[in-house]
Amino acid sequence: MAKHKDTCSNQERYIRKQKKDRRMINFWRVAGVIFLLGIWELAGRMGWLDTFIFSGPVKIVQCFCRMLRSQDLLRHTWITLKETLISFLLMIGIGTAFAMLLWRFERLAKICEPYFVVLNSLPKSALAPLLLVWLGANMRTIIVSGISIGVFGVILNLHTGFLKVDPEQIKLIETLGGGRRAVLSKVVLPSTLPILISVMKVNIGLSLVGVVIGEFFAASEGLGYLIIYGSQVFKLDMVVMSIALLCILTILFYQAIQLLEKSILNRFTL
Amino acid sequence: MGAFLDFSNVSFAYHTKAGETPALNNVSFQVEEGEFVSVVGPSGCGKSTILSLIAGLLVPEEGSISINGENTGIGYMLQKDHLFEWRSVYKNCILGLEIRKQKTEENLMRVENMLIQYGLMPFRNARPSELSGGLRQRAALIRTLALNPQMLLLDEPFSALDYQTRLAVGSDICEIIRNEHKTALMVTHDLSEAITLGSRILVLSKRPTRIIYDARIQFPEGLSALQKRNTKEFQDYFQTVWEVLNNGKA
Repeated sequence: MAKHKDTCSNQERYIRKQKKDRRMINFWRVAGVIFLLGIWELAGRMGWLDTFIFSGPVKIVQCFCRMLRSQDLLRHTWITLKETLISFLLMIGIGTAFAMLLWRFERLAKICEPYFVVLNSLPKSALAPLLLVWLGANMRTIIVSGISIGVFGVILNLHTGFLKVDPEQIKLIETLGGGRRAVLSKVVLPSTLPILISVMKVNIGLSLVGVVIGEFFAASEGLGYLIIYGSQVFKLDMVVMSIALLCILTILFYQAIQLLEKSILNRFTL
Repeated sequence: MGAFLDFSNVSFAYHTKAGETPALNNVSFQVEEGEFVSVVGPSGCGKSTILSLIAGLLVPEEGSISINGENTGIGYMLQKDHLFEWRSVYKNCILGLEIRKQKTEENLMRVENMLIQYGLMPFRNARPSELSGGLRQRAALIRTLALNPQMLLLDEPFSALDYQTRLAVGSDICEIIRNEHKTALMVTHDLSEAITLGSRILVLSKRPTRIIYDARIQFPEGLSALQKRNTKEFQDYFQTVWEVLNNGKA
């Protein structure tokens, strides 16, 4: 009995230590940001930094409140959010469809692979001026820019994932009388769902990057536009605030995918 | 009417860039309806190739394979159960029916009955990971039997199990196969398993494969697979097959 008590208290001690560690990590995460913001603000007020060029936390918050009151900020943020979500969904949809096509037609995959590898490594920002000329200064260009930045990576990663499916599982479907379509729908797609989720995790951020690049070139609204506009008229508060909003959007996107991951992958734990 | 399965003068080779690997060379054998045939042989001798050829997953380069009977469906059990974790036990069992678009009331009812009969009803909606090794094999067998095949091909179906489970599950699964009046061909590398579960044994040579021994196996009535291992007959069969395997000829 005494031994059992000991075990309990050891267990409690272990849990307490884990909780303490977590609190400590969270504390230093927040404290680090507050410290840096404090130094930044102080440096501006003491004249160590030129706030015209480097802005400052208080000025950024003031800019945020001003723009929020005029409702401009919500509009710009919503536009970027909308363009990112559309690009992301299209990127994943097109990428998955192409990966399925390459899996289905091995020869096509062999023919296309080097091209996809080249296109994947190409800096997509180099395409933005071309897209502007081809598609015009509108949302289409921005969305295509958002898609192009990650779609080739999605295709390559998913196709590789599809090829890694256990051949014995494929054989099982064949022994049950299934053809390629049954193999795809019953084994390949469900078993690569975890890979699809990790691809989504990476690419939600990339979509945002592509959209912002597109907005630099082709937009009259959106956070990317605010960054370019702000830098041109030396409203650095606006630039930094927009960047901070992009950070917040990235965190929200990531959290959303993580929620999706939790709800789906629970069914896959072996 | 001829034999249930006629595997006649079949030759098959695997082709790769490195060259040709002959797997079967003019192999012939027949299986009668209701027989449980064990196939043993050295590693890599093409035992699984025979099953793939019968199942139609591979096509013989020479010779022919014919199966007689009204319902000539073939069921295949692989080394691992390959139950999909993203499907419930029941959904795994009806996978073949889904694929062949045969989810008729009659077929679904047969699956339900097998789940009841073979003790899986309490786990109907469970995930496969919640089942023991033995129950997983039963679920895999029900998935195979759901299509009501007349012949079952078993490719070392118990090799992924630990020894103790394997002894119990092996005899359990064979009992079910006999209950359902199926003809079966089981590939195994375990001589004891081949002798205690089969009603006939085929011994294959090294590549290119030929059949070097073919004998019926008979034990006194009513013995379990485990009890058979303690009989004189078992010792004799084991000794004979062991010598055939070692000498490469009967």
